[in-house]
Amino acid sequence: MNDRETLSTDVLVIGGGLAGTWAAIAAARKGAAVVLADKGYCGTSGVAATSGPGHWWVAPEQREAAIDKREALSRFGLAERKWMHRIMAETWEQLPTLEGYYGFHSEADGSKYYRGLRGPEYLRALRRQCVDLGVRILDQSPAVELLRHTDGAVAGARLYQRQAHRQLEVRAAGVILATGGTTFLSGLLGSHTNTGDGHLMAAELGAAFSGMEFSSLYCVAQAHTSITRTMIYTFADYFDADGRELDISFFEPHMDRRLAAELLKGPVYCSLRRVPEDIRRDLASISPNVPVSFARRGTDPYRERFEITLHAEGTIRGIGGICIVGAQCETGVPGLYATGDVATRERVAGAISGGGAINAAWALSSGCWSGRAVAQLAKTQGRRDREPVHGSARSGLGGAGRAQISAHEAVAAVQAEILPYDKNIFRTGPKLRDSLDQLERTWTALGAGIAGPDIQKNREAAALTATARWCYRAALDREESRGQQQRVDFPETNPAFASRLLVGGLEQLWTRLEKEAVHD
Amino acid sequence: MIEVILSDRCNACGLCVKACPMNVLDQVFNGTPEIARREDCQSCFMCELYCKEDAIYVAPDCDRRVAVDERQLRASGLLGQFRRDSGWDEWADTHENKHHLMEQVFARAAVAQAAFKHAVDEGKT
Repeated sequence: MNDRETLSTDVLVIGGGLAGTWAAIAAARKGAAVVLADKGYCGTSGVAATSGPGHWWVAPEQREAAIDKREALSRFGLAERKWMHRIMAETWEQLPTLEGYYGFHSEADGSKYYRGLRGPEYLRALRRQCVDLGVRILDQSPAVELLRHTDGAVAGARLYQRQAHRQLEVRAAGVILATGGTTFLSGLLGSHTNTGDGHLMAAELGAAFSGMEFSSLYCVAQAHTSITRTMIYTFADYFDADGRELDISFFEPHMDRRLAAELLKGPVYCSLRRVPEDIRRDLASISPNVPVSFARRGTDPYRERFEITLHAEGTIRGIGGICIVGAQCETGVPGLYATGDVATRERVAGAISGGGAINAAWALSSGCWSGRAVAQLAKTQGRRDREPVHGSARSGLGGAGRAQISAHEAVAAVQAEILPYDKNIFRTGPKLRDSLDQLERTWTALGAGIAGPDIQKNREAAALTATARWCYRAALDREESRGQQQRVDFPETNPAFASRLLVGGLEQLWTRLEKEAVHD
Repeated sequence: MIEVILSDRCNACGLCVKACPMNVLDQVFNGTPEIARREDCQSCFMCELYCKEDAIYVAPDCDRRVAVDERQLRASGLLGQFRRDSGWDEWADTHENKHHLMEQVFARAAVAQAAFKHAVDEGKT
């Protein structure tokens, strides 16, 4: 480890999904030297690559009305009209710049359909755009820890290039976190690269979080599969084990809670008999992975009932993440920016999910803003790459002689608290307190040392444990029901909580309501 | 989870090793990659998309192993289905990406649901 290789650049982006690639593109277009490090492969990593992100795509003259509609839908505050305008404007400007990289559909009137892109092709286009702009992409290179200057500013990151089996230190004027949210390895399609790595690294430099209590959505899939593609389930009819039809529709609020309540009683089956013939024919051309999965399971979903399950969406379709303190997605740690799902999306989504459209527009926009900001920072302040730097990791480094726990055991312990429907969906104070006690034990055991040499897995275990603690601590302290956060013991919305809730801390957790309630 | 890489089809290009977001595979010099960490596979099918030889079979089962008979698999038509339906490589001209229809499907389902609800409310079902 003494002969660690080093690399110097203007901008370091950690994570190569939607937010990370857009950040790299925006920075490179400003003339900055950019390194993008992806834990897996930039093009297949992250939840966008396996799905089909639609973007919030609204013509300028229709934006006020679109925001009115959105606010009527949510009614729970926490969002800001100004930020909604900003992501609509940025998205409107940026998506057409992928012309030539993505095969946008031409409408009958000759206009192009820009707002919805299929994941694998979208990420492939973004990667090619990055390469053409000179972005240096480091695949299979998870970040182990952030590096900091003596004055507390971020100085870069230490990567572990897991296929070359070597460490690499990247020094940069600024670092953009684009590591995604986390589902705690729930099985949600494409989410297993996203283990809260960015959350932990940011916290180790002193960043805080917001909206972590909004982390209890679940998504339907055929049992034993990860195919959480919802489109076809808009036509779903559900049945219990006795064949009784359940009155649950895709279009009702909290439908995942209704399904979860049934699943706690016994297996639930689905029929897609109502899907029109032409949609059945087109499904393979719209979402190819959906019929591929059914065919390989030997299921004819239009003629037979098949068993379903729910996978937790954690903080991905959830809302919380690293607290944003400035218009360019600053985190409060000098030089460190948070984008996409690793950042809180409350400013644009409020207390209900931004779903695909708002979250994708947010990922694109937050990426572009921070990319430009760090490019500018590199110009004005320079790389500072001759100054001494320090590592910042405190937990999950392993190596201790008296290890009490393995990474695998820690992850299982976290999942036992955060994935079960009865604990996460039907939240009560006593249940949350019990879970927090268990998570605290896991965190303490990790602090004493992890058995096993795999530095990536060890850090992931620490990151998942830390992130689960922030989620449940925020859920415990928001003693009300608001949007996605539903408390069985506090079913009403309480105006005293009409504010964002900050949470943070590694050894000692803390929460605090932002001083002012958020009203426009 | 990824179940099999057919070594007679594999041309040892190494792209699946690089493209797997979960680092499930190990490169073997001039040979078929080894499925070294199957337990990490997230069943996302991405390796199949990047395999022009259609040598890889990923079972959709994410939480259990599935027995695969290679002879049946070759005859099944399932190999390469995802890459073909995605219109990648040689399929670009024949398999159009119709992702733009997605929001129409959502809208039609909402209309169908509203009509159904209305019928229930009126006591017609």
